[in-house]
Amino acid sequence: MLGLNRKDAILLLIVAVLALFAPFILNPFPVDSALAQFNAGYPDLMQRFVIFGIFAIGFNILFGLTGYLSFGHAAFLGVGSYSAVWMFKLLSMNVLPALVFSVVIAGLFALVIGYVSLRRSGIYFSILTLAFAQMSFNLAYSVLTPITNGETGLQLALTDPRILDSAQVGGSLPVTSLFGAEMRSAMTLDLAGWSFTFSVGYYLCAIIMLIAFYLSVRLFRSPFGLMLRAIKSNQQRLNYTGLESRPYTLAAFVISGMYAGLAGGLLASMDPLAGADRMQWTASGEVVLMTILGGAGTLIGPVLGAGFIKYFENIFSKINESILHQWFAFLPDGVQDFIVMILYPFIGKGWSLTLGIMFMLVVIFLPGGLVEGGQRIARLFRRTKTTDGDVVSTKTKPAE
Amino acid sequence: MSNSRFTRRGLLKSGTLAGVGLAMPTIFTSRANAFTNDPTGGTVTLGFNVPQTGAYADEGADELRAFELAVEHLNGGGDGGMLSTFSSKALQGNGILGKKVQFVTGDTQTKSDAARASAQSMIQKDGAIMISGGSSSGVAVAVQGLCQEAGVIFMAGLTHSNDTTGKDRKANGFRHFFNAYMSAAALAPVLKGLYGSDRAAYHLTADYTWGWTQEESIAAATEAIGWSTINKVRTPLGLGDYSSYIAPVLNSGADVLILNHYGGDMVNSLTNAVQFGIRDRQANGKNFEIVVPLYSELMARGAGQNIKGIPGSQNWDWKLQDDGTKAFVKSFGTKFGFPPSQAAQTCYAQTLLYADAVTRAGTFNPCGVVEALEGFEFDGLGNGKTLYRAEDHQCFKDVIVVRGKENPENEFDLVEIVEVTPVGQVTYAPDHPMFAGGALGACNPGA
Repeated sequence: MLGLNRKDAILLLIVAVLALFAPFILNPFPVDSALAQFNAGYPDLMQRFVIFGIFAIGFNILFGLTGYLSFGHAAFLGVGSYSAVWMFKLLSMNVLPALVFSVVIAGLFALVIGYVSLRRSGIYFSILTLAFAQMSFNLAYSVLTPITNGETGLQLALTDPRILDSAQVGGSLPVTSLFGAEMRSAMTLDLAGWSFTFSVGYYLCAIIMLIAFYLSVRLFRSPFGLMLRAIKSNQQRLNYTGLESRPYTLAAFVISGMYAGLAGGLLASMDPLAGADRMQWTASGEVVLMTILGGAGTLIGPVLGAGFIKYFENIFSKINESILHQWFAFLPDGVQDFIVMILYPFIGKGWSLTLGIMFMLVVIFLPGGLVEGGQRIARLFRRTKTTDGDVVSTKTKPAE
Repeated sequence: MSNSRFTRRGLLKSGTLAGVGLAMPTIFTSRANAFTNDPTGGTVTLGFNVPQTGAYADEGADELRAFELAVEHLNGGGDGGMLSTFSSKALQGNGILGKKVQFVTGDTQTKSDAARASAQSMIQKDGAIMISGGSSSGVAVAVQGLCQEAGVIFMAGLTHSNDTTGKDRKANGFRHFFNAYMSAAALAPVLKGLYGSDRAAYHLTADYTWGWTQEESIAAATEAIGWSTINKVRTPLGLGDYSSYIAPVLNSGADVLILNHYGGDMVNSLTNAVQFGIRDRQANGKNFEIVVPLYSELMARGAGQNIKGIPGSQNWDWKLQDDGTKAFVKSFGTKFGFPPSQAAQTCYAQTLLYADAVTRAGTFNPCGVVEALEGFEFDGLGNGKTLYRAEDHQCFKDVIVVRGKENPENEFDLVEIVEVTPVGQVTYAPDHPMFAGGALGACNPGA
């Protein structure tokens, strides 16, 4: 189907089903239950899941295929966001021109940075990209304030020209839309205690993510992808065979920068604000974590990793002390306080601590990331089913 | 590598799937509400969005304590705190409009992105009807913008930049805290009294929006009392060591160093300046002085000995002697064991002001609340007589000028009040050039 082999088609189908039914899957608990705290099926977070999924998919094209570890990918995300918001300010509230513009600008930006950075490989490449990203961040934060609005972040204003949207809505800021379909409009389905929200913005993001995912699958399976893998396994040998590898790495870098720009543009389309801290080195580090946590070089891994990290950031950070006390209210006072005291450092403001521990566990015990975890579990089941004789290959396949 | 075979069967399969996917959202109808997050049950949810990690985590933790206390008092718990001294008697201690107040918390990380994500989740997931908190102007402006778009009320916490109620003012956003202009207007006469009118100032400024507006305000105010400005140097944010910026100050011809820094930056730059012996030096035949325009107890604690004798301004201090302050300090102290910071006071006051406005308006509808708050005059929340000005949603009240105490009695008694500058002296026109360029727009009830 669609030029994919059976395995990839099934993977794409799984991702599509997951993405389209995410509002159900992420809201497994009834609204009034205590566990509703863990529901993640509200539009903003779902949008973040898929947008950072796109970001990680793009990063994976560079890191997973060529092995070049870029520590400055957030710069492209930020550039994409700024471009999109400027399009909203100057041209129209339609997200389409904004997305196209953000991809193009991020691509050009990646071309310039890639051209310089790719003269080096390994750690030097990482340091160069990190330096460029930090430079972009500082520029956006202070020097380029007329363009970026500095620390406050670029926002829409009532006085923006918006030359295509002539009719200005009196008094309130216009909202982003796709040919009239407002990004923030949503429908809610109430089913016996459960509540599911379907928002236009999320479905647009999900469809774009599916397209991005499909393109990345095609890229992984293409001769170009194979060349990138060759670069990862031994660039020197490749050079000795007379092949010039730089155009390939540069192309991969630019493609991955464009993915990041698309993600940035989508972020701005869902919520028209572009802040400088989107470009900070911590944001660049985050996408590295996402990719490694999910499984570098695998197709679905980065998406899983992105979801995992965003879930922790948004759900765990909101559990506070009083919620913990509610959970353990059935225990005697002393025991309750004791348990809350032990758990408290790991939730709420300690969410990054928990995430750090998870990351360490994954890296130590599952070097292939969450995908390897899934594979191990799948293998466990397959082995128990075919105990009599049927030889199942137990040797680990290289993660793809 | 790739096998591009479009079979009829494949096409049918994928076509059907895509069709079902697209048709999916049209099956459901949207819920019709008069405004975003209309509380329907017996409870109402407020969202408190504060920095729990990062540079301002201390302020955030104190704000959270204040919110917790405010909710307790609104629900009729505790000793009622400032409810009894508040000039408006609409609040009965039975929640808001009879609905029990619940709250959710989030971490802004002092990043506009994270703050907006966290506020979004409160609005979309938890059904929060009001968002409050924040400890930096960038975050406040970002979240205020979001609340305007989403159609909920934003009651700003600690944000000092002129922009929050200046060029980035929004109809759904309200600020109780004072701003850089007010700091400057209150400080200038005191500085004149302390150091005379013939001084040369050297600015070190945190290189972002808040730093700039403060530098602009202070420079304008000090020049008005006859000081000259020698130089304005921008320093990057979060620098550990300011020595390279302090050294040129010594022989620049300036005799006053103004530090437009906040939080950890201010602690570091002040410590560096004192270590360089600036305060023991003479320049132009006068003692070299240091001024820190925006002060807080938490920063004073961080700077320790170095803060002694250094003047600055505050929104509020727990040592004020009015009834509101006394009642608040008492209930805060009883619950947590130490006096509240100004960040805590502003957040507590904002929560009460919101609840009161809803009660007076008789509705949770943001537009009703905006109407109730605009031009609202009140007293008894610790700052004396205060006005919520309708034109820019900024509170106008007395500003306190403080200086580091020479002989503190304990770790909470680090500053002494030099003067309480009356509100008339810090009031400005809504279209003052430092605040121009913004428009409130119309209130947005969402939905």
